[in-house]
Amino acid sequence: MRTVAVVGASLAGLSAARALRGQGYDGRLVVIGEEAHRPYDRPPLSKEFLSGTLGEAELALETDGEDLRAEWLLGVRATHLDTTPLPGGTVHLSDGRSVRADGVVIATGAAPRTLPGSTGLAGVHTLRTLDDARALRDELALGGRLVVIGGGFIGAEVAATASGLGLDVTVVEAAPTPLAGPLGETMGALVSALHTDHGVRLWCGVGVKGLGGEARVDAVLLEDGRSVPADIVVVGVGAGPCVEWLEGSGLRLDDGVVCGADGRTDLAGVVAVGDCAAWWDPRTGAHRRVEHWTGARERPAAAVAALLTGGAVAPGVPRAPYFWSDQYGVRVQFAGHAAGADSVTVEAGTPEGRDVLAVYRSAGRPVAVLGMNQPRLFTRWRKQLA
Amino acid sequence: MMIPACRLADLPRGEALRLDIDPPVSVFHTDDGELYAIDDTCTHQDASLADGWLEGCEVECPLHASKFDLRTGAVDAPPAKHPVRTHEVVVADGVIHVRLSAEAPRLPPCVASRLAGGPA
Repeated sequence: MRTVAVVGASLAGLSAARALRGQGYDGRLVVIGEEAHRPYDRPPLSKEFLSGTLGEAELALETDGEDLRAEWLLGVRATHLDTTPLPGGTVHLSDGRSVRADGVVIATGAAPRTLPGSTGLAGVHTLRTLDDARALRDELALGGRLVVIGGGFIGAEVAATASGLGLDVTVVEAAPTPLAGPLGETMGALVSALHTDHGVRLWCGVGVKGLGGEARVDAVLLEDGRSVPADIVVVGVGAGPCVEWLEGSGLRLDDGVVCGADGRTDLAGVVAVGDCAAWWDPRTGAHRRVEHWTGARERPAAAVAALLTGGAVAPGVPRAPYFWSDQYGVRVQFAGHAAGADSVTVEAGTPEGRDVLAVYRSAGRPVAVLGMNQPRLFTRWRKQLA
Repeated sequence: MMIPACRLADLPRGEALRLDIDPPVSVFHTDDGELYAIDDTCTHQDASLADGWLEGCEVECPLHASKFDLRTGAVDAPPAKHPVRTHEVVVADGVIHVRLSAEAPRLPPCVASRLAGGPA
């Protein structure tokens, strides 16, 4: 293999580039990134960076003096992947250039979903990139009324940060219980109760019809006819994989690039990692896109091994998916799959104390664990899932 | 400075003990029976490595999965970028002691700013 192109320059792309060099790949390495920035860490964007306690320099993912001997093509978008001839393909770029590579790592991530009709309205934000976070931070600094649409983790973290900055915050969630998808009804209700603990209004079970305002947003209009006055709106209603550029490439796309348990696609010399990749999950017997930081960090090593060896290395069994969220000073940690559980029990702490350690079981076997401010116990239970 | 930690018999293999000094230091007893002491606070964010995932001579931060080599303090996995200090461990008369490093500790930005009186 003489040239590898990594398309995507965030955590998954950087982890792939590091894994390539770490596993002895010595050829040409091209990293393509749509944003103009060097790889940076996204989790602080909704928390420490948004509140101003962490600066941009501290977001950098590369260490001082790290040199991957890569060609960085930043501020340029991949527009098309031509996979003839295999293996690999030619990555066409928005500035007219193209990169022919015999190994391609797809790491283009996901993009936030938006509300129809909300584009062009000032004061309306999504939060995914450093530029998004800068814009939101500058507006939050002016204070006022913030409405967060979506009670998921990003929305909850933004609400917590803004509440800490002194804004008047309302969270609107279409589902009856926020976080019921990842955590189940009981624990979703428990974690989302952190909002009301801190004076943030939580409106559940009502959809959003649209946004009010002419040039600038002034309200969120609900499907039940009510409207919530707003100076700033953050839309946190999930993200979709950035795979449009792969249409026509011959890759199988179905809510992400469909991959095996080692990140290999159906095409020789093409692997996919991070939020855009739907890896085969032997635990659940299905392809699954996992939008977790830990997956973007850990899985590229397996995908790179598969790329460099043509799949000769059997993939190890990955650790159970893990994610965290920091809200209102509470560390929420979760590992495993809640969906397959038939019971959930609080093993330590109390719901009132917001310090629970809850274990999800299926036929008596632990399949997931949730911790709120319980890092030590959480780690112990997490090991039992492995 | 030499600090007594605990009796060797009271720290089973696979466990860690945090010494609540400033900054805190932790002693790890690996599954192979080795003893190591490092600064307890992850250099990325305020988290106790004694609460982390111990595997071989490596501990993974319980929060964000940074990994540190207990032997050298080096970061083996991001997001942390800076090593932790290592401290010498001495067992005398069945008691574990830690000889503190003379180096300056590396603390995460949030802890460093709090100690400096800045925003938490």
